[in-house]
Amino acid sequence: MKNKQKRFIFLLLVGFVGLLTALTLSVVIGAADISFQTVIAAIFSYDATENTHQIIRNIRIPRVIGACIVGASLSVSGALMQSVTQNPLADSGLLGLNAGAAFMMTISMSFFPSLPYIGIVSFCFLGAGLSALLIYLISTFNQKNAFPLKLILVGSAVTVFLSSVSQIIALMKNVGQDIAFWYVGGTANITWLQLKWLMPMTGVGLLGAIYLARSVFLLSLGEETAKGLGQNVPLVRMATMIVVILLTGISVAIVGPISFLGLMVPHMMRKLIGADDRLVIPLSALYGGLIVVLADFGGRMLNPPFETPFGAIIAVIGIPFFLYLTRKGGAAK
Amino acid sequence: MGNFTIENVTVSYEKTEIIHQLSFEINKGKITTLIGPNGCGKSTMIKAIARLLPIKAGTIVLDGQKIQQYPTKELAKELAILPQSSTTPEGISVSELVSYGRFPYQKGFGSLTAEDKAKITWAIEETNLTEFAEQEVDKLSGGQKQRAFIAMALAQDTDILILDEPTTYLDMAHQLEILLLLQKLNQEEGRTILMALHDLNHAARFSDTMLAMKSGQLIALGSPQEMMTKEILAQTFEIDAEILLAPNKEYPICLSYELLEKE
Ligand SMILES: Nc1ncnc2c1ncn2[C@@H]1O[C@H](COP(=O)(O)OP(=O)(O)OP(=O)(O)O)[C@@H](O)[C@H]1O
Ligand SMILES: [Mg+2]
Repeated sequence: MKNKQKRFIFLLLVGFVGLLTALTLSVVIGAADISFQTVIAAIFSYDATENTHQIIRNIRIPRVIGACIVGASLSVSGALMQSVTQNPLADSGLLGLNAGAAFMMTISMSFFPSLPYIGIVSFCFLGAGLSALLIYLISTFNQKNAFPLKLILVGSAVTVFLSSVSQIIALMKNVGQDIAFWYVGGTANITWLQLKWLMPMTGVGLLGAIYLARSVFLLSLGEETAKGLGQNVPLVRMATMIVVILLTGISVAIVGPISFLGLMVPHMMRKLIGADDRLVIPLSALYGGLIVVLADFGGRMLNPPFETPFGAIIAVIGIPFFLYLTRKGGAAK
Repeated sequence: MGNFTIENVTVSYEKTEIIHQLSFEINKGKITTLIGPNGCGKSTMIKAIARLLPIKAGTIVLDGQKIQQYPTKELAKELAILPQSSTTPEGISVSELVSYGRFPYQKGFGSLTAEDKAKITWAIEETNLTEFAEQEVDKLSGGQKQRAFIAMALAQDTDILILDEPTTYLDMAHQLEILLLLQKLNQEEGRTILMALHDLNHAARFSDTMLAMKSGQLIALGSPQEMMTKEILAQTFEIDAEILLAPNKEYPICLSYELLEKE
């Protein structure tokens, strides 16, 4: 365990330094040419009349925080789902939770256009919860689905179904533009007002995930082993689902449905540190945040002044990785 | 701890009844072994006793209290179970796995206390895994893996140990090693042990009480001398067995056996 702990601490340090560097780069470098001194000044001696200060304070900083939140949330919820379902392919995108959240967001924009931000976010939670419930019902109707791809199949069906319904509603209600704008904007239009809600919620979700890590890993050893060690299995399942819904809802509210991140990051972490969720979950949060901040930064740098959505960048890296994983055996863990 | 009273217990999977109104007692500080043919319900009975499966009817009482009434974590401090098979995730070291044996004792975010660490080290030493402690469980041999899971159950530090075929995958020397370890835990520390075994000679050598099952019912129960008889083995396994008393030892052994002719 000693070697593992050392490696864990090393990876944490590397992650932190990486994240700090990425954050600094993202805040300093951008479409508007702003010097490093101005950035420092904007942070420590903010002057609201200065346009550059405004850009740093109200555009770039909220944006990188948003990217961090999305990366950490999706990665951690992926890690949780993979362990709890004992399915290496579980991810909020593939299991339809993202689509559920996006579906309810469409509903809220179509039918309750004047809802405040927290209202929209609540709809996202509701949608993620709806999908989770659907998946749960369908997959436990048939208890013996040891076949992990089945869960994914159900998730894909739910995704296609809900996104189609979303499209139809968006067209009928003429909100397609708004929603597309919301998603394409990605992290760009995050405001402090939104972050005021999202930051504490993410904090709660991540702390919950770290608290549950031990139990969740135990569950991945098999339900019998977990029960034998005194775990209240239904309670752990339920608590994990709530944390997953919270984290997924937050991410979708910020950037819309992003797939593959939740698959990619935890698997990378497991390769580095083993399957113990006590180590995988904190690292997934850190590196998930780092990857999205980098992807978001890359998206801005790739073809300026246009922005490439970071979801596209992640998918381009994530899909080959996903194919590699399915080939390597979704059949058993 | 460790007096079980099992009364008229019926266990089912969905609609199929597997265990039919079974009653017996397990005595504190003794080694009790379930024997019986494949599919007779040994694992099912063991799971019911360890509360991994709900019982349909009857009662299982541990030291005067129904097992359903124990808080889950409290029961896990009294009773450890080694299931017949377990999942091994990738990239977990032996010591990490064994550390999960301390789960019932952990609170909050659950960092390991000095006592936890001592128990983990002890469990790894007792199962002769010290040199493998930092190796990954999924890369060990079947027998080493089995010992790692036994170590996890030992780390749980319970008065009662329930083991479903603890010697599968083990070579002859390691089978004996594990059984001797269980015997030591029983004799020196008074731990109550319930296990299922297929090797009758091991069962006879190490048990205080043997319990023969067939088709979810009890055939007979008693000391190895009482149980290792032609009649009981014929009835349980449909074999014609040659039984001897081990030279210089007081336990019976099954020397050889033939299948019984079917009428
Ligand atoms: N999860 C399950 N669902 C339905 N039936 C089951 C399940 N597990 C076991 N059974 C059935 O219950 C019966 C008893 O099985 P059990 O595992 O208790 O036998 P066993 O005595 O432990 O056998 P073995 O010596 O092979 O381990 C068998 O007929 C088996 O088919
Ligand atoms: Mg069995």
